[in-house]
Amino acid sequence: MDIATQSIDGGFAEPVFNAQAVFRAIMNAMARPGTVQPLPQLARPPAPLSATAGAVALSLCDNDTPVWLDPPLQAEAPVKAWLGFHTGAPLANTPADAHFALIANPKEMAALDGFAQGTQEYPDRSTTLILLVSDLVSGPSLLLEGPGIEKTSMIAPPGMPRHFVEQWKQNNQRFPRGVDLILAAPGSLACLPRTTRIKTMEA
Amino acid sequence: MTAQPTGIATYNFAYLDDQTKRMIRRAILKGIAIPGYQVPFASREMPMPYGWGTGGVQVTASIIGPDDVLKVIDQGADDTTNAVSIRAFFKKVAKVAVTTETAKATIIQSRHRIPEHPLTAAQVLVFQVPIPEPLRFLEPRETETRKMHALEEYGLMHVKLYEDIARHGRIATTYAYPVKVEGRYVMDPSPTPKFDNPKMHCSPALQLFGAGREKRIYAVPPFTDVVSLDFEDHPFEVQTFDQPCALCGAENVYLDEVILDDHGGHMFVCSDTDHCEKRRGDSTSPSWGGRAEGAGGSGLATTPATSTPALRADPPHEGEGKEAE
Amino acid sequence: MYVAVKGGETAIANAHRLLADRRRGDRSVPALRLDQIVEQLALGVDRVMSEGSLYDRELAALAVVQARGDMIEAIFLVRAYRTTLPRFGYTNPVDTGAMQVERRISATYKDLPGGQVLGPTFDYTHRLLDPELAACAEVEMPAQRPVEPEAMPRVSAILAHEGLIEADGEMPLDHVPGDITREPLQFPMARDIRLQALSRGDEGFLLALGYSTQRGYARNHPFVGEIRIGEVELELDVPELPFAVPLGSIRVTECQMVNQFKGSAKAPPQFTRGYGLVFGQSERKAMAMALCDRALRASELGEDVVAAAQDEEFVISHSDNVQATGFVEHLKLPHYVDFQAELGLVRRMRAEYEARQNEDKAEDKREAAE
Repeated sequence: MDIATQSIDGGFAEPVFNAQAVFRAIMNAMARPGTVQPLPQLARPPAPLSATAGAVALSLCDNDTPVWLDPPLQAEAPVKAWLGFHTGAPLANTPADAHFALIANPKEMAALDGFAQGTQEYPDRSTTLILLVSDLVSGPSLLLEGPGIEKTSMIAPPGMPRHFVEQWKQNNQRFPRGVDLILAAPGSLACLPRTTRIKTMEA
Repeated sequence: MTAQPTGIATYNFAYLDDQTKRMIRRAILKGIAIPGYQVPFASREMPMPYGWGTGGVQVTASIIGPDDVLKVIDQGADDTTNAVSIRAFFKKVAKVAVTTETAKATIIQSRHRIPEHPLTAAQVLVFQVPIPEPLRFLEPRETETRKMHALEEYGLMHVKLYEDIARHGRIATTYAYPVKVEGRYVMDPSPTPKFDNPKMHCSPALQLFGAGREKRIYAVPPFTDVVSLDFEDHPFEVQTFDQPCALCGAENVYLDEVILDDHGGHMFVCSDTDHCEKRRGDSTSPSWGGRAEGAGGSGLATTPATSTPALRADPPHEGEGKEAE
Repeated sequence: MYVAVKGGETAIANAHRLLADRRRGDRSVPALRLDQIVEQLALGVDRVMSEGSLYDRELAALAVVQARGDMIEAIFLVRAYRTTLPRFGYTNPVDTGAMQVERRISATYKDLPGGQVLGPTFDYTHRLLDPELAACAEVEMPAQRPVEPEAMPRVSAILAHEGLIEADGEMPLDHVPGDITREPLQFPMARDIRLQALSRGDEGFLLALGYSTQRGYARNHPFVGEIRIGEVELELDVPELPFAVPLGSIRVTECQMVNQFKGSAKAPPQFTRGYGLVFGQSERKAMAMALCDRALRASELGEDVVAAAQDEEFVISHSDNVQATGFVEHLKLPHYVDFQAELGLVRRMRAEYEARQNEDKAEDKREAAE
């Protein structure tokens, strides 16, 4: 299949309703950090972009939101063409210019503080990171607490960024500035907003 | 499928185009991630006037889907004209199911009240907000209040509340009573009576706030600390009423004063009409709250006796409809 | 027995039905057609397009008749419709120097290249009610002039040759024009954003503010450099094509106000500009806009901000009549829940006040008795 075909195929079959369904899953996940929100396959982007991450991008990104791609995605012309065709989002030159960042390989990703953190006056002007993970249960357990969590919740995504717990603690300390994470797994997603604290982590 | 022709003008599902919805959805996510912080958004003109709930309507329009069940209240009632009008709007532009029953709704849009029936994790409460900035009446300039929030400089608000105490012996704010969210942002809970403030604290439901004219969206995630501002020697307290609802007998609920004649006759009834109707339909159901099942219930509602509070013609007695000591 | 009021839906439906009836009025009088409004109430249609921020005469005319002639209501209808329209792109800036001019006057020069063209103006009419108009008398065709071969440069360009007027609203090279309908407002704002807000601002509000600057509240010595009304071409750049695509033309009114300026720490003595541009024909609005624009440039030019018209946050936050009318009129919505809360407080404070008064009286009596 050539790039042109790949870039046109694989969008939402029912754009208005699919975008709404994906957004509600993200909203619920962001409001209840650590909960796993199921998501049917609604988008078919070119690899290595996953169906879930592609659907998140389709529902949130457009020409008002510069998107940053990590090197594995950056290297794939079909991914760029697909995102360009379906969202119209311009590519951000640096992580600090990005409204959204798509990360296919979280393990090797740039430091969290390299992305837009927002300002003290406008903490909302920060990057939302969409991390592609293989699942939400097989990695080291993260015990979570904070707004949206009644007592504690637990999530275990594998292949997270290096020194993630330490990086995340620093992200907490920058509040109200900071980045928010969307973890996109096959068939489901979860979120870690900047308010969520990671209490302990199993070895 | 997304647009229905209506003569020379056509409209989208839930009125807003998808680009606008995406912009609002992004603001909602930022609001959830930064509880109590007012996210600026490019509010659109809606087909109802600014001040009529355009912020709430834009938030609802951006989150609602075909499977949602919508309840709209104004002053706690489903049948106030503006609630009827907004409900009809969504019925028309999104063809969603609507209900007056709090427990059956997935999205509840409200002006000025939080339902008496406890909300659940499966529900989203959308507030219509006229002036989202809690510091606005102390400092009219946005440039200044934004700095205050940035620096977490809320001294002005405490001075105002303390001046109240010095002058009136108490904090003379009865609605839109400022709260602090998760220990950081001072937030306007919208003009709900302060009676409803405690319901915001650690609610299982997501609470979203939309201010259309002022172009701000903010949020309180579930299970989030919402603390009404007060002082150690003047702790926050809610309004209490000396008598139960004259129709259903509920206590510990917010009551409206209904004027019966022109010489002081009045009665107090539930502001939350769904709560009142439920109790009158099923006055012994424990799930409907109120500590006075049996004391009021359907008996009062159907007995038009002058000895009941319902038809009293004397002037209000001391302490009626007022705050707890 | 008290029964909670029900039937809001029926009440609203009946109110709408009555409104439709009153809008139509006496059925023996022919109903207005949109083309009649477009042709014969053209300046009203222009105001609705201008403050509604949507250039469509037919929709504006529909809004005027649907609003029963209430201009702010008509503007609101157009704005609400505008919300639902997708955004395809941004046209190139219009070139008002290349305008097909119908009216062009300058107060700063007796004569100038291209001449003074009065055009369709009320200016020198005697405001005498015309009974012939009521009798639908025939109206003669207008006089025609041959198309002028002479160019009609903007007066500001003429002044610029001498270097006596500041440059024409230059922005930094990397400045991307904002869009107040797509981005939230933020203060302080760049001039392009401010001009957008003024252009859709309420004519009456801007008129009063402009008037206040003439009366000494932020006086800035204005001269009408030029007012021109006419048609300008709209062009859109399409990435796939090597040339700009013409989309048609729109009628606009442009006002260039030239203001004396003694100079400040920030700028040399020179003439400065106030700028007004609105859809359709509306000199009053364009002039008021230009006065307000110049007043709002106070900080930029190093002038003291002393009057309402110079206060950006005050002017821009309150210039939108759809917002203003909504919030003022929302006071008629029920507020009884909050009123109940206040009622409880006032009753309690009143009871305490009376108790104190009675104590004081008892005290006075006791003292008098002693």
